[in-house]
Amino acid sequence: MMNFITPLLQRTLYAVLLLIAVLVLNFSMMHLAPGDVADTISQSMGGADAETMDQIRRDYGLDQPFFIQLAKYVGNVLTFDLGYSFFYNQPVTTLIAEKLPATLLLVITSQLLALVVGVLLGVYSARNPNGIASHFVTFFALFGYAAPVFWTGILLLIAFSLKIPLFPVAGMSDVTISGGFFAKALDIARHMVLPVITLSSIFLALYSRLCRASMMEVLGSDYIRTAKAKGLSEREIVMKHALKNSLSPVVTLAGLQFSAVISGAVLVETVFSWPGLGTLALQSILARDTPTILGILFFSALVVIVGNLLTDLVLRLIDPRLRGKT
Amino acid sequence: MTALLKVENLRIELTTRDGVAPVIDDLSFEMNAGETMSFVGESGCGKSMTALGIMGLLPEKVGRVASGTILFDGEDLTRVSDARMREIRGNDISMIFQEPMTSLNPVYTVGEQIAEVLRRHQGLGQRAAWEKAIALLDAVRIPNPRSRVADYPHQMSGGQRQRVMIAIALACEPKILIADEPTTALDVTVQAQIFDLLRDLGRETGTAIILITHDMGAVAEMAERMIVMYAGRKAEEGPVDQVINHPRHPYTKGLISCVPHLMANLSEERPELTEVGGIVPGLREFGRDACLFASRCDMVNDKCRNARPPEVAFKGNQASACWFAEKV
Amino acid sequence: MSVEDEKIEKARSPFSEAFEMFRRNHAAVAGLIMLILIILAGIFGPMVYAGDPFEMVWAPFSPPGQEGYLLGTDYLGRDLVSMLLHGARVSIAIGLSAALITVLIGITVGAVAGFYGGLVEEALMRFTEFFQVLPTLLFSMVIVALFGASLPMITFAIGVVSWPAVARITRAEFLRIRELEYVTASRASGVSNGKLIFGVILPNALPPIIVQAALMVGSAILFEAGLSFLGLTDPNVVSWGQIIGSNRQYILDASYTVTIPGVAIFVTVLAISLVGDGLNDALNPKLRQR
Repeated sequence: MMNFITPLLQRTLYAVLLLIAVLVLNFSMMHLAPGDVADTISQSMGGADAETMDQIRRDYGLDQPFFIQLAKYVGNVLTFDLGYSFFYNQPVTTLIAEKLPATLLLVITSQLLALVVGVLLGVYSARNPNGIASHFVTFFALFGYAAPVFWTGILLLIAFSLKIPLFPVAGMSDVTISGGFFAKALDIARHMVLPVITLSSIFLALYSRLCRASMMEVLGSDYIRTAKAKGLSEREIVMKHALKNSLSPVVTLAGLQFSAVISGAVLVETVFSWPGLGTLALQSILARDTPTILGILFFSALVVIVGNLLTDLVLRLIDPRLRGKT
Repeated sequence: MTALLKVENLRIELTTRDGVAPVIDDLSFEMNAGETMSFVGESGCGKSMTALGIMGLLPEKVGRVASGTILFDGEDLTRVSDARMREIRGNDISMIFQEPMTSLNPVYTVGEQIAEVLRRHQGLGQRAAWEKAIALLDAVRIPNPRSRVADYPHQMSGGQRQRVMIAIALACEPKILIADEPTTALDVTVQAQIFDLLRDLGRETGTAIILITHDMGAVAEMAERMIVMYAGRKAEEGPVDQVINHPRHPYTKGLISCVPHLMANLSEERPELTEVGGIVPGLREFGRDACLFASRCDMVNDKCRNARPPEVAFKGNQASACWFAEKV
Repeated sequence: MSVEDEKIEKARSPFSEAFEMFRRNHAAVAGLIMLILIILAGIFGPMVYAGDPFEMVWAPFSPPGQEGYLLGTDYLGRDLVSMLLHGARVSIAIGLSAALITVLIGITVGAVAGFYGGLVEEALMRFTEFFQVLPTLLFSMVIVALFGASLPMITFAIGVVSWPAVARITRAEFLRIRELEYVTASRASGVSNGKLIFGVILPNALPPIIVQAALMVGSAILFEAGLSFLGLTDPNVVSWGQIIGSNRQYILDASYTVTIPGVAIFVTVLAISLVGDGLNDALNPKLRQR
């Protein structure tokens, strides 16, 4: 058991170091970029004279040396203080905490959908390499790579929201809906359908193609022959002996996609006006709200890092040969 | 006594790029309960195909039984349903393979891989199957079975993995165990241990063993009867001692002369070791009406090249498919 | 045949073999033809359609085919054909130059890490990993937001977030090749490190890097489209993503203003990925056999 935990602890420690590096980058970019907090505040006040500007700079410690400011920034963030948004008049942490659940809901649901459907398609087409499903996987892999995700989203929007009004056009919930938990959950689910399908379209193809390839390789391996010689049913052979082995590469790939998923989510949220971090990021960029932008960048890096740790854990659960390796 | 396994006129065809080739061509043999029998020959002679044919595990869409019967306990395995065949596999007939390093599933414990077959065929529950798995590990002489049962294959050596394979194969006390080159991938010292284990366990459980090998030494040590295969056909068959003492087929003779200690037993003076020159013909040659060994045989004449030799019976249940069987 | 001729014959054969394999791949050839047509349209189209693509030429929302405007007009009455042709130029230019930046950074980091190994490799690979932790699009959005949305800055932002993939491939190839006999031999004969990296190892590491670079052009185009869709682009330059972004409020009235530029992006990236797959099969025949 120890050889299972020690490498995980090492990885966690390393993850914390990565996060601090992200903070240093964040702060350096803020420092290098033209304009500072004083400019932002004076803008929101409708202009200020040089004396007031100096006063603001002193108040926010902007007159202190770079490294002292940096140390303060890192210290603040480690106590969950990401600064204050003058555009929204709220602490950045509060802003992000408000929007994060919507983004996580979208991101996790679409990843799960892509993984489950991708693996099922991959398994099915591996067993019928010349069947319709297999051709579909090949075709979809090309489409999923080449179609810009925001375009896919708009096409779905035109087709299933405007031409055939099956799903709502925008947002995450309908304020006019009243009722209990189930009515509200159902409403959110209806709003989720198109964004989730759009976001998973990029990854579905990727996963199904890889799963097909690894499944075909696994099905030809010696231990599958052993399983057959044991008299196991086709179902047991595929779902128990082959699937678990062919999952490793798929999970590894999925783990590498966290950064791409968040990037995709920014575009999908914009298309469907989904009230998540992506929409917040775009709004704060257009409003030049630097603390919020950098807070989101930090938080999404945190999501990616946690995602990578989880992937690592899942891989170790799937494949005992990886346990104990750093 | 009727035979446990009776194979008659078996023909197995493999579809290749060059067309259909009979990798097993008109093979007949019988085997009794508890008997140990060996299939010998170079690679590509159809030994493994025979085994896979009996197991119903011919490569999908590529190989098929074209004609003939495989009677096991009176049941024709070439005609039974897939479901019935699955009931037989691993239960009445089981098999171990050449590559112990890759024949076990890397993501399940060895205990689970043994217990699984007990649950499948013997209807044991989780706990009972697990306990039986521990007992089986003990039976295949793995030390500390109670702690090793939860090991994964990568935590074991090649020899230990092959022992686990044997435990899986013998878990349901099958009537026949097919061992396809079980020691080829192992160290020489481990080879002897595995053979000892197979022989002892075979005796204890009354399991008949089909040993597939290219190693004449192993045959002499393990088996009572042997069949020499060449290019998908039976070249010679008979009791092991008798065949080794007096082979009736030039190919058998060639194989024996490759093994030093067999030769040393046979004669006082050490004869020169020879090898069988040439190689097994390609699959395209397999169906021809000729002796397929002709190209490598020093007794060859036109007859050999133009007609397949019939089987000639000798006393003591020996038989040879050679035009010159009497003269060899 | 002289000895000299024979040498040339031998030296050329892997390339002609690769070319032959590529030529036999119909999908790849089709992709290449599409790609050439798109590039030609990007180069010569704006000459034919001279003038400002931002100019209002006709009534807004004229559907395709009417009044001589092949693809119709957008919400400001601008000619879509003209916008698409000018946009092609921007998309392809940014795609190529961002891929170039990506490949340059990636090869440098990967080559140095793979060649020197040890602490240098450790440090550089941690650095690479760091860049993989930042969500690419979000990171480039931040760069563009903080430092301005000019075309060079957009190109830089795309390049600076995309290089880790190239660095990883380059490093893996270098790790493999640096152990081969001819490298040891060159090293023993006193060839300098710089020459070993760029003169001996890199040429042999190129095939998978070329394939990756081709795919990078595709993702850079998608990337630029995403940024300009979000409005994070030079407002004075037309690009495909920007046409979609600025028209998307009007999909109820004129869905073609959004679907048609999307088709342009899709076809371009599809063509590039077909060519990339073809290159992969042609340059890495061993991988294909697996």
